[in-house]
Amino acid sequence: MAAQGRHGGKESNKMTALVVDDNTVNRMIHHRLLDNLGIENVAVVNGKEAVDIHCSGKTFDLILMDMDMPVMNGIEATRQLREMGIRSMIAGVSTRSMEREIREFIEAGLDDYQEKPLTMSKLISIIHKING
Amino acid sequence: MDLVQLQRQLVDYRTSLYHEGFLDEQFTQLQELQDENNPDFVVEVVSLYFEDSERLLNELSKALEQQIIDFKRIDAHVHQLKGSSSSIGAQRVQKLCIVFRNYCEAQNVEGCLKCLQQVKHEYSIVKTKLESMFQLERQILNAGGSVPV
Repeated sequence: MAAQGRHGGKESNKMTALVVDDNTVNRMIHHRLLDNLGIENVAVVNGKEAVDIHCSGKTFDLILMDMDMPVMNGIEATRQLREMGIRSMIAGVSTRSMEREIREFIEAGLDDYQEKPLTMSKLISIIHKING
Repeated sequence: MDLVQLQRQLVDYRTSLYHEGFLDEQFTQLQELQDENNPDFVVEVVSLYFEDSERLLNELSKALEQQIIDFKRIDAHVHQLKGSSSSIGAQRVQKLCIVFRNYCEAQNVEGCLKCLQQVKHEYSIVKTKLESMFQLERQILNAGGSVPV
């Protein structure tokens, strides 16, 4: 689990996650998945909000990043977060199936990629990578 | 109808929805996310899906009535509908959305209009079926029973 002091002396050892997705149904499902695993989570609706929330000083153990979003997509947001020095686990989740598109997303700085829809077992495999 | 009969009816009904391709494995995933702490999760997320889908279908109708069709906007709406349909396991709606997007890419208005009608039709069927299923579940709970998994 998150080492103490890793995120500015956070009291609890609870894992934290940021859901980045423009789809309301997906946000609700991802929230439930994370909640069921005891992971504190927050949701934003596009890549720009994901960047902004980090600019405000917040960090997360895990970021679930959708690819196609208005204002700023997942590829651009991932790139910017990495440029900002964010080292959190970023897992891309998308319905895109073209290898080229997935590769572009991964090369933007993802630690993992999962095809939507997200399931409990996919989420658990992402989390194992954090702790592994 | 007694409790056991109701429970059996629900199981049969649910099985038929999977059998006929209205629902897929993803719907099962949603049921597995429901527990004593979140006993209404499935109904809540499906209700959100209904709300969101109806909004999108309205937007799509309006967009296809315009003098100048904005295919990019239409594609964005269909993408959303495809995404949420996939997330709740509404397989038939999801599959039609894929066809719809192909017509968008080809900028084929006739194709889009035909597809929209088909999507509306399939959506209204799955909505009716899910609502019937939820009603059966409510009847079981009201009769003091538990909903079989």
